[in-house]
Amino acid sequence: MPKIVVDVMPKAELLDPQGKAVAGALARLGNEHFSAVRVGKRFELTVDGPVDEAVLSSVREIADELLSNSVIEDVVNITVVDEAGEHSAAAASGALA
Amino acid sequence: MTRVGVVTFPGSLDDRDAQRAVRFAGGTPVALWHGDHDLQGVDAVVLPGGFSYGDYLRCGAIASHSPIMREVVTAAERGVPVLGICNGFQMLTEAHLLPGGLIRNDHGSFICRDQVLRVENASTAWTNGYAAGQEITVPLKNGEGGYIASTETLERLEGEGLVAFRYVGVNPNGSLNDIAGVTNERGNVVGLMPHPEHAVEPGFGPDTAAAMRSGVDGLTIFTSALHSLLAA
Repeated sequence: MPKIVVDVMPKAELLDPQGKAVAGALARLGNEHFSAVRVGKRFELTVDGPVDEAVLSSVREIADELLSNSVIEDVVNITVVDEAGEHSAAAASGALA
Repeated sequence: MTRVGVVTFPGSLDDRDAQRAVRFAGGTPVALWHGDHDLQGVDAVVLPGGFSYGDYLRCGAIASHSPIMREVVTAAERGVPVLGICNGFQMLTEAHLLPGGLIRNDHGSFICRDQVLRVENASTAWTNGYAAGQEITVPLKNGEGGYIASTETLERLEGEGLVAFRYVGVNPNGSLNDIAGVTNERGNVVGLMPHPEHAVEPGFGPDTAAAMRSGVDGLTIFTSALHSLLAA
């Protein structure tokens, strides 16, 4: 079954307290190479059938309307992963601002 | 008797407290169910606090798409008073009935304290019983109460007097401009993170200078709605 992966990140200009806490933990563990961490979300939608333009367009809508809240988050990527696990980023274009 | 609906969602915690606050204010609480499309003809609606759907996806996000929310949105557009408390405020922003959004507290911790607020707008359906500038104390308890909005939205909120409540003394969660609650232009939809329904009965409210747990500053939110409905 093909999957569509939707990546959502907190808006770059907003404080990400979760990422800040992870960055703090990294520093405490002695990792000195990282100046910041941001934590986002990855959604994997398993498609029942082939991925066509209608499916992609509904995913773009779902990504904007439910999976993300445009006030606090951005949809940064929509990718189709076929059964062989190969990625195609072509799906993303319509959803990115 | 004025009937005020309180919607229960899976994971609501403070629905019974909100019903009780309505009763203390002199109204008749009506229990509403998230899965229904029926507001049962209520005169006003309260979306209570809690952790609907376990805060999955985003706080209030899944609840904001529940069947009853479609009716709440329609009612709000008709001018029916709608109050969102804490998780209910998060739902109102997710449903785009109020501008802005709520994110995790800037310090990363859940916070529970008696919080002083300043009533900035005393002409909404839910605040008309207060005086503008009046300071009140009600409990606050949240993990994701940081109010954020774009610079343009913040300017509009401030310019048009749509900030309903502001934190005084301490900003408990990193909210921009110390915003604790906002209203829509019409003044019928109000959302706030603190919990007025927990400050309605002597003996069970915040401490005051007069006596322990005697604070009932939150009751005026509910009496305000009843008054605005009687005046309408």
